[in-house]
Amino acid sequence: MATPLLDKVEDEAAASPYITVTLRIRRFNPEISDEARWEDFSIEIDPKERVLDALHKIKWDVDGSLTFRRSCAHGICGSDAMRINGKNRLACKTLIKDITSFDRKTGATKPITVEAIKGLTVLKDLVVDMEPFFQAYRDVMPFLVTTGNEPTRERLQSAEDRERFDDTTKCILCAACTSSCPVFWNDGQYFGPAAIVNAHRFIFDSRDEAGEQRLEILNDKDGVWRCRTTFNCTDACPRGIEVTKAIQEVKRALITRRF
Amino acid sequence: MSADTTATGSTAAISPVESVSVFDVDHPAPLIEPPRKRTAKTPKATRGNFEMAAWLFMRLSGVVLVVLVIGHLLIQLVLDGGVARIGFAFVAGRWASPWWQTWDLLMLWLAMLHGGNGMRTIINDYAERANTRLWLKGLLYTATVFTILLGTLVIFTFDPNIR
Repeated sequence: MATPLLDKVEDEAAASPYITVTLRIRRFNPEISDEARWEDFSIEIDPKERVLDALHKIKWDVDGSLTFRRSCAHGICGSDAMRINGKNRLACKTLIKDITSFDRKTGATKPITVEAIKGLTVLKDLVVDMEPFFQAYRDVMPFLVTTGNEPTRERLQSAEDRERFDDTTKCILCAACTSSCPVFWNDGQYFGPAAIVNAHRFIFDSRDEAGEQRLEILNDKDGVWRCRTTFNCTDACPRGIEVTKAIQEVKRALITRRF
Repeated sequence: MSADTTATGSTAAISPVESVSVFDVDHPAPLIEPPRKRTAKTPKATRGNFEMAAWLFMRLSGVVLVVLVIGHLLIQLVLDGGVARIGFAFVAGRWASPWWQTWDLLMLWLAMLHGGNGMRTIINDYAERANTRLWLKGLLYTATVFTILLGTLVIFTFDPNIR
């Protein structure tokens, strides 16, 4: 709109956008110690960058032994779910400025804690064994099941039928919900929110014919009835899926099916 | 990105906890497994509607109990002189009526089963070892059954002329 003035541009260039933040990372290396410990890294970073950028900066410039998963780095692949400041988030979708708070007395930034997601075996630093998570996912048969001859064209579906399960199609299997669930922390046999979300995606799909089978799987003692409705999963989901609502819908489907 | 980065922690990746580490590449530390991990030995899921029935029962009995318990508390403690008038005669007078017998019986059964089921889910959620769960649940079921039976016996066989 307004023509930028030369002196203003110079002013902006002079003021550095960088701030110094401390990342307090929970490190674990079974080849060195059987105990995890916290390690602090102070780095200068633009607050508009993400936690993943800070981790990259540490891994590439400071300590190459820092281990974490990331693949696409843009919130699609779901590899870099971690516990940041005590909340499960994707490191690639969390901006430094959104989680940095300043100490009121000194004006310095408070440390940002980064640790592996809970309830799964930590293999090294921020990397956990995802196998139990994927096992629960496989158990609910996350694929289309139909009978009869395959149609020569697409399986058509009305917009309303598609809308019914739209929310649960957004899942990227990052495990942020399942590893935020207190029932899952105490009992790894619980299916967990992510598996139920992915069952929901097919149970309420008008084209699918194995809804009954999936409901039966989720009706067992480690299924939906173990949900305590604490809403941790809904809070944790980086895709904004209403996870607890999906679980409740599966419960309701089970009850209305029986009575 | 700024190139200006420094580590405030120790320079080594992870220093040994005390002097020389006993763990190395060939002898890694044992990993901490999450509680009650699903393994090949885990028994197959039991198919049945018990958990659903228990879940439904908790909700339905809860609604009924709100009425029963609040009514009970009002009558016993607040209305018509309150707690001061409660004595053997008061109880005897109430249990002479089948209405209050039924009320108390229903309240006893629902409250004990509701509370017992709540405790059962808490034990399932928090007791990690199979043996701990077995003993806690055994104790819980014994106490629940005993209280229900004793209460039912008293309500049905209460004799106002006991003295």
